[in-house]
Amino acid sequence: MKKIHVQMTLNGEETEFLCEPRQSLLEVLRDVVGYTGTKEGCLTGDCGACSVIMDGRPTDSCLVLGVEAEGKEITTVEGLADGDTLHPLQKKFLEHAALQCGICTPGFLVTSKALLDRNPNPTEHEIRYALAGNLCRCTGYDKIVRAVQDAASEMQGR
Amino acid sequence: MHELTYEAPTSLGQAISMLAAVGENGRLLAGGTDLIIQMRAGVRQPGQVIDAKKIPELQTLSFDTQNGLRLGASLACCKIIEDATAQQQYPGLVEAAGLIGSDQVLARASVGGNVCNGSPAADTTPALIALSAVCHIAGPNGTRDVLVEDFVTAPGQTVLEPNELLVELRIPALQGKAADCYQRFIPRKEMDIAVVGVGSCVALDGDTCTAARIGLGAVAARPLFAKEAGDSLVGKPLNEETIAAAAKLAQQAASPIDDMRGTAEFRTHLVGVLTRRTLKEAAARARAR
Repeated sequence: MKKIHVQMTLNGEETEFLCEPRQSLLEVLRDVVGYTGTKEGCLTGDCGACSVIMDGRPTDSCLVLGVEAEGKEITTVEGLADGDTLHPLQKKFLEHAALQCGICTPGFLVTSKALLDRNPNPTEHEIRYALAGNLCRCTGYDKIVRAVQDAASEMQGR
Repeated sequence: MHELTYEAPTSLGQAISMLAAVGENGRLLAGGTDLIIQMRAGVRQPGQVIDAKKIPELQTLSFDTQNGLRLGASLACCKIIEDATAQQQYPGLVEAAGLIGSDQVLARASVGGNVCNGSPAADTTPALIALSAVCHIAGPNGTRDVLVEDFVTAPGQTVLEPNELLVELRIPALQGKAADCYQRFIPRKEMDIAVVGVGSCVALDGDTCTAARIGLGAVAARPLFAKEAGDSLVGKPLNEETIAAAAKLAQQAASPIDDMRGTAEFRTHLVGVLTRRTLKEAAARARAR
């Protein structure tokens, strides 16, 4: 099958790749571009492990074709830290032990970032609602919610 | 996933030519939250996927009191549920659109795609039936309009010919004291498929109901318009007695099956409960206008 040339902005950098139309954005990110931070979970849009931010919105990359990324701005978990300095969300996930096995964590981090970008001071209800499309089978969610609350406070300078 | 080609037309004319050329081997891609899953599972295997999100007519969101709401078929649900006019004018439609999935899904899924996917349990279709929505369809021979209650013909099937596409949903403006409401039952708080969904819309003149429409989801092979149930309220006050009678008629219109989500008996019970609740809530909203 003929491959298609796609250009996108990935974590702030102009990135181009070739892909088949049947490949998902998730496959492209992991297997073509080599950014394996984004995880494959259910492949049906239920678990959120493959979440990325696309044009400012959290999106399941398993439900996007790679060719649809043309002209889009994509943020993956690799785009959160600034060099060696972790993003406040990453720091707080570690401090609060908001992860155990870790497979869901990149999805939670980028979905939380998308939330805080739009709503820097969310209520607990808003956090739980925003994270309803991310499944974690280890932590029971409370630690994740507390980590997001704490990160929001720190980012607000409180 | 099977091999396929991808096209992204930037005009309606281009899209119609592509559909004509590819015939039954083509499939429109809106948000992809159903289609990509179906392709991965091998349920649908179109040779060509035609992206509907770069066609300006399919990205419309406009409202005026004469034409009502025009909702482009590929516009993402997040844009609708965040729209202040849609929230104010059609709270029931916004409720239904907001229930389609997580924020990740709402960023992509569209109301038009929800309708075209043809699921009997689609959340937005009963809400659209309550609002007398019309499906505006384009094809090589021009355009045609189909009432939303006639659009889905069987699970996964619609009236669309292979060379046609849904351009927009046209939703009349509600006049005077009128409002809508959508509720569904699921066994958890969020992120599930409706066991039953009911959309109601009522118009009031003082205490008297002047019009009422009720749409039912997940209780037949396709979303249903419970016409007799709504009509039974016209000319009457909306009270416990008249609402209970309408709910009974809605139950009679339903023909649910037993499946993993619920029994036919439970679904029939839910139709009664949700019809009563949505009628009461729609009436309360209408009175507040």
